[in-house]
Amino acid sequence: MTALRDAFLSALVALGLFAPLVGLVTTSGEHGLYLELRPIATAVVVGLVFLGRLIVLSRRSRGRAASLAAKPALAERISKAGKYVTPLLLIAAVALPFTGSRYYIDLGTLVLTYIMLGWGLNIVVGLAGLLDLGYVAFYAVGAYSFALLATNFGLGFWTCLPLAGIFAAFAGVMLGFPVLRLRGDYLAIVTLAFGEIIRVVLINWVSLTNGPNGITGIPRPTLFGLALSMDGGPGTIAGFFNVEPAVIQRIIFLYYVILGLALLTNWVSLRLRRMPLGRAWEALREDEVACRSLGINVRNTKLTAFGIGAIFGGFAGAFFATRQAFISPESFTFIESATVLAIVVLGGLGSQLGVALAAIVMVGGLETLRDFLSFLGDQMNSPLFSGIASELPLYRMLIFGLALVVMMVLRPRGLVSGRTPSVALHKVKDIAPDLVAQGRG
Amino acid sequence: MAYALQQLINGVTLGMIYGLIAVGYTMVYGIIGMINFAHGDVFMVGSFLSLIALLGLAALGITSVPLALALTLIFAAGIAALYGWTIERVAYRPLRGSFRLAPLISAIGMSITLQNFVQVSQGARVKPIEAIIPGGIQIMDQGGFAVRLSWMQIAIVVITMSILGIFTWLVTKTPLGRTMRACEQDLKMASLLGIDTDRTISLTFVIGAALAAVAGFMFLLYYGVIDFYIGFIAGVKAFTAAVLGGIGSLPGAVLGGLLIGLIEVFWSAYFSVEYKDVAAFAILIVVLIFMPTGILGRAEVEKV
Repeated sequence: MTALRDAFLSALVALGLFAPLVGLVTTSGEHGLYLELRPIATAVVVGLVFLGRLIVLSRRSRGRAASLAAKPALAERISKAGKYVTPLLLIAAVALPFTGSRYYIDLGTLVLTYIMLGWGLNIVVGLAGLLDLGYVAFYAVGAYSFALLATNFGLGFWTCLPLAGIFAAFAGVMLGFPVLRLRGDYLAIVTLAFGEIIRVVLINWVSLTNGPNGITGIPRPTLFGLALSMDGGPGTIAGFFNVEPAVIQRIIFLYYVILGLALLTNWVSLRLRRMPLGRAWEALREDEVACRSLGINVRNTKLTAFGIGAIFGGFAGAFFATRQAFISPESFTFIESATVLAIVVLGGLGSQLGVALAAIVMVGGLETLRDFLSFLGDQMNSPLFSGIASELPLYRMLIFGLALVVMMVLRPRGLVSGRTPSVALHKVKDIAPDLVAQGRG
Repeated sequence: MAYALQQLINGVTLGMIYGLIAVGYTMVYGIIGMINFAHGDVFMVGSFLSLIALLGLAALGITSVPLALALTLIFAAGIAALYGWTIERVAYRPLRGSFRLAPLISAIGMSITLQNFVQVSQGARVKPIEAIIPGGIQIMDQGGFAVRLSWMQIAIVVITMSILGIFTWLVTKTPLGRTMRACEQDLKMASLLGIDTDRTISLTFVIGAALAAVAGFMFLLYYGVIDFYIGFIAGVKAFTAAVLGGIGSLPGAVLGGLLIGLIEVFWSAYFSVEYKDVAAFAILIVVLIFMPTGILGRAEVEKV
């Protein structure tokens, strides 16, 4: 009974929230705007809130004891299963192009780009604990430096890739220097502002970046000097291997390029974590004051985190530019930063496997949702849904935002919460009191 | 001279709007130490609510301007307050005491949700309205450049000042304000002393959202055109204002808002309109480097 009353109250609040914005639509008519009534939609939304609240309440009262016992088990199980999941994922990633489906390879390329961005940002946020909301700036710097070098000086992808990384690292250090003293949320807002500054500059510096129109005709990467071209001549991949040129070859090639780049990111960060630098990052994340008193150079540690994180952002940006063959400032909005940060946080801050899983869930889920919604829109031909069918794809980002909130509320520590340091003393040793005497340590 | 005076008038008007939003940021940050990322979008929702109320009142045949303004203000502030309450209840309260990044991500999710909710429900096109209070007075004329002070600007400044007056009274003189200040000083201690902290935090969100809605209404009156994306940039600028004034300080938020408004308007007038957002953000970075506590803020003592 209390559940029913509670659900009724929620529905009442929902009515207050949604009656003005869903029920009254500002529509442009002949004499300016006028209001259009939409009572059915309001009723549907309020009804959904009522039912949803009822379901949540009934589940909560039934499953409280059970869920408490199950929760830590899941996190443990995932990190235990990591031993088997990692090689499986790797095999799946290598084998994906053999499906031959263009759709899956394209989706895989997109997911891998985000995995790489996630691993890059993981160095800054997950390891060093520096909250960065402007990671897309380095992505943009990488993409634009490759695009400009390629279109102005005719340099190839593999020449520009390290340059793009260097430029991005430079941008990272440039951002890192002023924000050294900031912490937590202040850092977040400054990095956010930095990302926006880069975007505004890209839009307005028309003579260099061609402004909002973007840069077109960015070349594709080559395979040891062999070009990806449709004519099948002697200097191309198709000509060298003596096969018929096809679009799918380019897509598969790009897929393996990003797979290689992502694995490089993973390998480098795994190695870095075992180095003194990586350990300093993790120590910094846990306690900055303690780090300082133990003689760690906090300034250099932070700057290297920003710089190295930015390098991988730059690499991913260069790849993005070469894959799309076209870039514009529109691709580098705050929503990208937010997505990548959400991947890192959902992945459990610091866990390599968690980031990969989170990217697959989020980016894969988002794309699947897009297809599902447009499919649903096509199915709803009846006049009853005429208003909503064409709008359905717009619901994608709405669902994405809600999913972020729900995932955070349900699993605030992410899918895999791996906060254990990379290098730890495994055996706890008991030291006898006589050994701790003066001079012995 | 005349040109500068005109910019001063425009800057103060814009600064009032930023100040109102900044108060919401600074209150929430002061009490629970999180950036309420969705606050800018509550401002946007408030703006849309005002538009809907104005159109609804016009459809009902209410033509008296002061009555329409008052009713719109109450409607927008009331519904936006409900939004603030719901957001806190749904997205932030379950995460209280959780680790630092969780509420921030949740807030970003809420911001994306609100933006796309308004886009889906109200359409992506810009919404223009006619000026509600046309006309104004001419203050001075210098070499053909007339300095104008429109009735709209006067209305904005007067309404903002009175709302801020009520708000100041609320915070300094009422029991509610006292509990809010207590929670700001020390949340744990306040709860030990029998203050219902959950309720106080809820009320903080309610008041902040109502103020943001007033700012949204003023924005609609001033520019006459809104869309679903205005919340993001306005939100970041208002947060900049809160930081500039010293986060946690209520007069500081208004002062910071005024400064940001003035800087933006003067930068657009004398340097370049395209880079006005860069100016605001660059100031944020410079302030944080050289004056991390802001103008009226307290230095944070770090305990180990």
